[in-house]
Amino acid sequence: MLNASLSEMSAALESRKISSVELTQLFLGRIAKLNGELNAFITADAPRALKDAAAADARRATGQSGPLLGIPVAHKDIFCTEGIRTTCGSKMLADFVSPYDAHVISRFGAAGAVLLGKTNMDEFAMGSSNESSYFGAVKNPWRRSAVPGGSSGGSAAAVAARMAPAATGTDTGGSIRQPASFTGVCGVKPTYGVVSRYGMIAFASSLDQGGPMGKGAADLAALLNVMAGFDARDSTSLDRPPEDYARDLERPVAGLRIGLPREYFGDGVDADVAARVQDAIRWFEGQGAKTVEITLPNTKLAVPVYYVLAPAEASSNLSRFDGVRYGHRAAEYADLYEMYCKSRAEGFGAEVKRRILVGTYVLSHGYYDAYYLQAQKIRRLIAGDFSDAFAQCDVIMGPVAPTTAYEAGAMSGDPVKMYLGDIFTIPASLAGLPGMSIPCGFDSKGLPVGLQAIGNYFSEARLLNVAHQYQKATDWHIRVPDAFPL
Amino acid sequence: MSLDLEQIRRIARLARIAVSDAEAADTAASLSGVLGLIGEMQAVDTTGIEPMAHALDAQVSSAQRLREDKAVEPDRRTAYQASAPAVQDGLYLVPRVVE
Repeated sequence: MLNASLSEMSAALESRKISSVELTQLFLGRIAKLNGELNAFITADAPRALKDAAAADARRATGQSGPLLGIPVAHKDIFCTEGIRTTCGSKMLADFVSPYDAHVISRFGAAGAVLLGKTNMDEFAMGSSNESSYFGAVKNPWRRSAVPGGSSGGSAAAVAARMAPAATGTDTGGSIRQPASFTGVCGVKPTYGVVSRYGMIAFASSLDQGGPMGKGAADLAALLNVMAGFDARDSTSLDRPPEDYARDLERPVAGLRIGLPREYFGDGVDADVAARVQDAIRWFEGQGAKTVEITLPNTKLAVPVYYVLAPAEASSNLSRFDGVRYGHRAAEYADLYEMYCKSRAEGFGAEVKRRILVGTYVLSHGYYDAYYLQAQKIRRLIAGDFSDAFAQCDVIMGPVAPTTAYEAGAMSGDPVKMYLGDIFTIPASLAGLPGMSIPCGFDSKGLPVGLQAIGNYFSEARLLNVAHQYQKATDWHIRVPDAFPL
Repeated sequence: MSLDLEQIRRIARLARIAVSDAEAADTAASLSGVLGLIGEMQAVDTTGIEPMAHALDAQVSSAQRLREDKAVEPDRRTAYQASAPAVQDGLYLVPRVVE
């Protein structure tokens, strides 16, 4: 049952082969056994999970059913949960207990899912390696000396080691897709505005988007069906008719036009990564898909643009952490100004401070036009590259990241080097487009490789279809690391 | 593009983050690296390009949705203040600002 799909779990629950309490105990046992080594969870609340499970079993006993009723789901510790602490991976919020649930948490609750626990993450979602968490680094289940990616690295590692059947993540510049790629799981970042940001602690508001992570695309469709939808409490939530994201899963891929951006296959991409991605593309060609070479000429500007916009928005969003209404307050201070400065210096880690300072600088008097406005203009050029490309293709494919998971510590002394690893995920984030990571094999060291599929606005069902068809013919997504046998 | 220590102190003051003299040099070096990266976009000619403030402004109206100007939320002050470092009589406590 640990490696079963959500629909298999749901069928077992429906036929009473297993109860939700038993299923939840199975995963709680796995967490108890493995979390000491992997550090994927910041908080695993067994009594709460078992209470949710018992409630789900009671609902089923009254004749209710549903695809997620009684299914345990882990949540990135960026989603506020009433009564369970929400840390965002920071000392600033180490003891914070939210007085309300995030919209996404409420939706899972209404669907009868079990809240398994809160997963580790880079502090305030700022990082690509999960080494910036106040609660310690997360280990990659495929190679414990390597990073799991970030910032949703705890969710990725939890699914990869089968400590959770599925998890939530958030993606600002690649934080769902890149850790999914590094740990051999599947993840989708929806179109900006599809999933409500209410109760999702803000990093860069024009980019942040929640999404599901799991083993396969069919699981992601079931999860997205619950997560997506209009919420008046998020002013950027889109008021659209609800969709069934599973509706196209069985559609054949013959005739699919796959765009291959030449900028995603050039120098700087590991040979193993390029080879595995090309193998996957050849599989699609074998099924009757057509490939077309495209160009996204402003790709190389995406990282610089992102590192203006995201820190600028972060410096504004994180000004709320002032030691007054919630979060860490310094023990000693002479006056209000010093209370702010010391509380923030003590509560934030190095990477978060770096980004706040960069953001403060680019927004400061005399620099706004040269940095923030210029970055917003180039953002439009990058979005324009995609709209030109989608005139010629239905889906864009390439690697999620130029490399597989690197060793812990390899990038920590050089933030710019780490930032450049997000070159293939940031462009879709800037444009607001949906993108996903699909496991497509392993490199020579045995580390997973992710195929990225980027679709046009609101094409999540098509992306999930493409991934599902590939996953019916391959087993990369159901492989389990040798070190953590079931 | 590199920042000197005086610029670092000014930015840190604006951001309300205490930076010690010992940290300032490291901060200057790492921020200069990031600004070097950002500098790559300065050479791009963006004459006549509209800034893009919202990820979907070409797809949907970028105007923010407004709600009716009516109180709808229940009073949950006690619950909200439970996570504050210091409160008294329903008020947040901070050091005295006005003598």
